[in-house]
Amino acid sequence: MMDNDEVELESERYELFEPPRCRFAVDRRQFFKTLGGGLVVLCLAGPALAQESGQGRRRSGRGGEVPADINAWLHIGEDGVVTVFTGKAEVGQNIRTSLTQAVAEELSAPIAAIRLIMADTQLTPFDIGTFGSMTTPQMALRLRKTAAAAREALLDLAAAHFKTDRASLRLADGKIFGSGSAEPVSFGQLTKGQKLVKSVAGDGAAIPAADWKIAGTSVPKINGRDFVTGKHQYASDIHLPGMLHGRVVRPSAFQAALESLDTSVAEKMPGVTVLHDGNFIGVAAPDALTAEHAANAIRAKWTAGPQPSSSELFDYLRKNARQEGERGGGRGEGEDSGSIEEGLKAASHKLQATYTIAYIAHVPLEPRAAVAQWQEDKLTVWTGSQRPFGVRSELAQAFGLAEENIHVIVPDTGAGYGGKHTGEAAVEAARLARAAGRPVKLVWTRQEEFTWAYLRPAGLIDVSSGFTDEGAITAWEFHNYNSGASGIRCPYQVANQKCQAHGSRSPLRQGSYRALAATANHFARESHIDEMAAALKMDPLDFRLKNLRDPRLREVLQAAADAFGWRAAKSEAGRGAGLAVGVEKNSYLATCVEVLADKESGVIKVLRAVSAFDCGAVVNPNHLKSQVEGALMMGLGGALFEAIEFENGKLTNPRLSDYRVPRFADLPKIQVVLLDRKDIPSAGAGETPIIGIAPAVANAIFAATHLRLRSMPLAPEGLPNG
Amino acid sequence: MAKVTSLHVNGADASVDAEGERTLLSVLREDLNLTGPKYGCGEGQCGACTVLLDGAPIRSCQLPVGSVGQRKVLTIESLEQNGQLHPLQEAFLKHDAFQCGYCTGGMIMSALGLLQKRKSPSEPEILRFMNDNLCRCGVYQRIVAAIRDAAKTMAGGEK
Repeated sequence: MMDNDEVELESERYELFEPPRCRFAVDRRQFFKTLGGGLVVLCLAGPALAQESGQGRRRSGRGGEVPADINAWLHIGEDGVVTVFTGKAEVGQNIRTSLTQAVAEELSAPIAAIRLIMADTQLTPFDIGTFGSMTTPQMALRLRKTAAAAREALLDLAAAHFKTDRASLRLADGKIFGSGSAEPVSFGQLTKGQKLVKSVAGDGAAIPAADWKIAGTSVPKINGRDFVTGKHQYASDIHLPGMLHGRVVRPSAFQAALESLDTSVAEKMPGVTVLHDGNFIGVAAPDALTAEHAANAIRAKWTAGPQPSSSELFDYLRKNARQEGERGGGRGEGEDSGSIEEGLKAASHKLQATYTIAYIAHVPLEPRAAVAQWQEDKLTVWTGSQRPFGVRSELAQAFGLAEENIHVIVPDTGAGYGGKHTGEAAVEAARLARAAGRPVKLVWTRQEEFTWAYLRPAGLIDVSSGFTDEGAITAWEFHNYNSGASGIRCPYQVANQKCQAHGSRSPLRQGSYRALAATANHFARESHIDEMAAALKMDPLDFRLKNLRDPRLREVLQAAADAFGWRAAKSEAGRGAGLAVGVEKNSYLATCVEVLADKESGVIKVLRAVSAFDCGAVVNPNHLKSQVEGALMMGLGGALFEAIEFENGKLTNPRLSDYRVPRFADLPKIQVVLLDRKDIPSAGAGETPIIGIAPAVANAIFAATHLRLRSMPLAPEGLPNG
Repeated sequence: MAKVTSLHVNGADASVDAEGERTLLSVLREDLNLTGPKYGCGEGQCGACTVLLDGAPIRSCQLPVGSVGQRKVLTIESLEQNGQLHPLQEAFLKHDAFQCGYCTGGMIMSALGLLQKRKSPSEPEILRFMNDNLCRCGVYQRIVAAIRDAAKTMAGGEK
């Protein structure tokens, strides 16, 4: 189990710099001043140091200081309300619900008695960010431990209350029952008048899922009602008195430098503040339209050097790739073993193929947005983000402020998909607010979100393989240029293999995207595996089963094939079935699809998709199914038609009218099979379910047409002719 | 375009003081504090800003407020009545037909427009009608199920 500060970041998280080593220290008297009396349990990052309040790790002479390395904490008030504090952010993955379930389970308390305070830099302890499928394996476990310690403390109090020993006590429905006919006692009654602080280590073994009663069930989204009524306030919905609306004047191209500027017209507009600071030009105005007019009235001339275009992208990535031995070149992620040369010698068939993956955009429906307010030298920012503490650190750097003077609040956010790890809008809104002397809201336009956020890296992948007539793989060499190393390890049994990720120079800003490079690497690998099976005229399912040893992979593959009816499915001209299997971040996925693919007309439509998924013990079956369905649907866009096009430092399709994302019309019949492994700790599930759809579709298109498409997106303008 | 001084929103007249060229979306959000309709693309492609205008779903990010006149505007905020959710809202909850929820208000308003026109639409009709509303989280299958469910409830006269 890794602590916050020991997380190893994948190489392709280009947008992340070294996480701040900001320690959370809070005076324990502060807890009770803010929250009222009761019981507080702190979850420590370090080893177990369980202790009673007022003793132990006081690290200063000031007294009352609590241990600094805290992951989460929980408070049970004198009114019985359980409040849990975690720095994780809700971006639609429904962790507000799953984490609440974890706490409810340990306290035997109703869901409604528990409140989660999330992603607030002043209220919640430091958290590196909500990414990498870490919430479920790490934060959920920490909260369980914390809630379990609270339960033990409550049982102690109850034992004193009933004047009995703890063994005779029973917890149910947020109350503790003594033996006999005595009235049960509520949490609030027990914590009344108390100022207890306990602490517990957040690491250690997971609690077995076999006895779960609340976890493991389909609890509906905690604050779902606020979303269907329109009441929920996203960052872009926050309104402050006297607030202005911001707008940024963007450079004409990437890497452009400002040559000349005339802001005189905008400055004369009533109520408008213009800010010019280096390459940053922005305005603040009483309403969004005036801000837009003012920005349009600014005459800025930019110069930019020549830059590569999408038509030459893959040559460019290859030319600039770093080779083995260079920094960032040839990072071996797989278990390199044996000798490729020997492996190829032993093969009766050899294949070589190159696969490419375009840049794509996250397109969270809520674009980057922030509201910033200065009070003297203190700054408060509401923003949609997966990294509230990362945003705080960016703000501290931008304004030379101490982090304790910055308060970042992240309301449940309109999605992220790995795309909201950076705080651009927060910094810009704060700059404008400081210049205007009023609070400022800045909502990025869709075009800005496409252009100035970061993209999923494009990639080029060379695969070379050798195999025998019987279908044994003897050699596997795999080089990914630019998209990254996630999911690059070959899960098939191959004695001679080499898998490497090579950095390159990216013409566009790139960074994390749901499942990182696992999508690219699975696309190339699972397409290539299908090509090998086709060369041998073997069934793709049989070929995979022959070469897979991992029992969990075999099980998801079999489960997906069974639910799909793989054996009975007959591919014919124009209609084909395809499958793909993979593992990433401790969760296992197999996806089977049936496509309609007509070479004549170019029509391609995914009719049916089955995903089987195993991420250990299932915490919330309905929400997990929703994640698997949603990831499949989102992945369909990158598989078939999403691609960022660019020319000489400019995107040429930064609009939803030009950049196609999956819609209702693209919806296949989706079936999800969950393999609930109560014997295995739960892994995260927001990412892995996206990795199977692209190769499965590519393989199904091949089955239907004998067209082998090796570039994602596979069919941006429909199927290619011929 | 002339200034707009009044709008009919959610069953009542509302006083505003807005330049007519501003979008209906910005006036609803900035002036009337109705933030249920969302900005998603500004070009009528995503449907997050959907409201009903005289019963028909429209993209409020595309409509100058000066052209609304006294037509009746309904936003997602109007659907809950005396603490009672609309069958569509109940159905979206029942089917967990959202993840991040940013598209949900627009989805429900579009679906309401559909169900007011067609009492029990077929699945292809739902897919066609809803195609201009985007859910980037991709839970379209659940949204279709929710709309079908709500259609049944509404046709059954339960509400």
